[in-house]
Amino acid sequence: MNHVELTKLFGRRRTWVVILLLNLLPTIVAALLAWTGIAPRPGTGPAFLSAVMANGSLFAIAALAIVLPLFLPVSIAVVAGESVAGEAQAGTLRYLLVRPVGRTRLLVRKLAAITVFVLVAVLSVAGVGFLVGRLLLGNAPISGAVLSLSGSALTPGQVAWRSAAAIAFVTISMLGVASLALLLSTLTDSPQSATLGALAFLIGSSLLLTVDAARPLQPYLPTRYWLSFVDLYRDPMLWSNIERGIGLQLVYVAAFLGAAWANFTTRDVTS
Amino acid sequence: MTSPDGTATVIRTDGLTKVFGSVSAVVDLDLAVRSGDIYGFLGSNGSGKTTTVRCLLGLVLPTSGRVELFGQEMPKASGAVLERVGALVEGPAAYGHLSGLANLMLLDASGKTPAGPLGGGRRDRRDRASHALGLVGLQSVGRRPVRGYSLGMRQRLGLASAMLRQPELLILDEPTNGLDPSGIREIRELLGTLHDCGTTIFLSSHLLAEVEQLCTRIGLLDRGRLVLEQDLAVLRAPTGRVVIVTPEPHRAAALLGGAVEERDGERLVVRAGDPGDLNARLVGSGVVVRELGPERRSLEDVIDEHTSRRSQDEVAR
Repeated sequence: MNHVELTKLFGRRRTWVVILLLNLLPTIVAALLAWTGIAPRPGTGPAFLSAVMANGSLFAIAALAIVLPLFLPVSIAVVAGESVAGEAQAGTLRYLLVRPVGRTRLLVRKLAAITVFVLVAVLSVAGVGFLVGRLLLGNAPISGAVLSLSGSALTPGQVAWRSAAAIAFVTISMLGVASLALLLSTLTDSPQSATLGALAFLIGSSLLLTVDAARPLQPYLPTRYWLSFVDLYRDPMLWSNIERGIGLQLVYVAAFLGAAWANFTTRDVTS
Repeated sequence: MTSPDGTATVIRTDGLTKVFGSVSAVVDLDLAVRSGDIYGFLGSNGSGKTTTVRCLLGLVLPTSGRVELFGQEMPKASGAVLERVGALVEGPAAYGHLSGLANLMLLDASGKTPAGPLGGGRRDRRDRASHALGLVGLQSVGRRPVRGYSLGMRQRLGLASAMLRQPELLILDEPTNGLDPSGIREIRELLGTLHDCGTTIFLSSHLLAEVEQLCTRIGLLDRGRLVLEQDLAVLRAPTGRVVIVTPEPHRAAALLGGAVEERDGERLVVRAGDPGDLNARLVGSGVVVRELGPERRSLEDVIDEHTSRRSQDEVAR
């Protein structure tokens, strides 16, 4: 495994600023909750936010739910959209290719670096959310039981592995965005276009989810099952949407990556 | 792969054609660059030089025709072949937030680590990078971020990255762009030294002076077609005529008769076998001779002869 792409990605200040900003929104929400003590009534607002006043540990999951609809996909689209198009714009792509680095190999390295970024972003939001929740919000002992969304009690062990599963699910959901942005990044020499293109697709998908006439399409929209990870906190767990969500994302990832590979390995590099 | 005279052919293209949409950038190009050449690839702006260079390096895929480097077909063999090639294509490029040294080390780490007697392996990466910076005179600024480099310094960094792995073949597109006159001389001397050490150099340029001083062989591209490929020594060989400058052109012309082929004021162009005999004849007859020497064509004359003149309103494609 070659670490060059990871060095490039995490050696840039911008990457860390993105992660910092990503964690800022949930932190602000936690601070406001702690200051005002006004939690949304159960069933309204972002998932879990009503429960965190009693148990701050749950803010790890609430923080993911807060950034998932927009902030997280934006940050991933920025990083993935920049990956190939950014090199093309800077002119370094041609020097990488004549170094030589095979085109398929370069694409795989870029994908690996993006995947690591997705993991770091998701884990940092969950980790910072957990810390902030413990510090600012309900300080119930970690060993205590937690109420599931269905009302029954979950043991700390159950919460821990369900949270791990939720983080994995969110990561897989984000890989769909990452693959799309990577595909667009191989199609254009402008990183901004690739990022905005990916976001436009996601916004379109979110919009169609609110239109009743689009109902036949909805099971196939990439954002359809993103928030389904809350089903992991029901008792018993509701697997159907989780399974569908994973299957759908894998199809999108395979299709976008296949297209990215087919395009990048056969195109003229004129940047 | 060897040519009839026994030297290896390093770059060969057969009928290389590249069409972008409706524009034919390069048409039916047959290049042959031999090992040990300093090959000057000449052409005006938009004549297809950069497209050709990109085809050689596998960046642009030919519409038809073949490209071979070291006898292996490109771009199929690019993984093996490009390890032996250093390139500067359409200007240098580097990551602005990193230093020159860090850029070179990153580029070195991106591909296979070279093996061999001339400093291989991962541990020598820093040595290789600083050696390359030293070659192009950047050692003192190697640790500053590239963001703050001038155009000339970036160009030098580009040359350093082309030379990083001591390639057998250098493909350089406008290598002296943005350099000051002393920088141009330094690079010319550096390329000369590398050539003496056995490096084959393919140099694309529109600067005739640069090519005339450095190259051993030229290829001339006009509107995507190769109109001339020849050793520079042959092109610039004496033409079999002698140029005479004399304050008495009438007397000289009368004396030489039909041998005078051109006459322009005090300057006569005379067909003659040996300039020495001619001089003796003129001086023996009391004709004052101010200058006398064999006629040689300049590269500019050669190029004018072979390229179609661009029409008034035609802009480079």
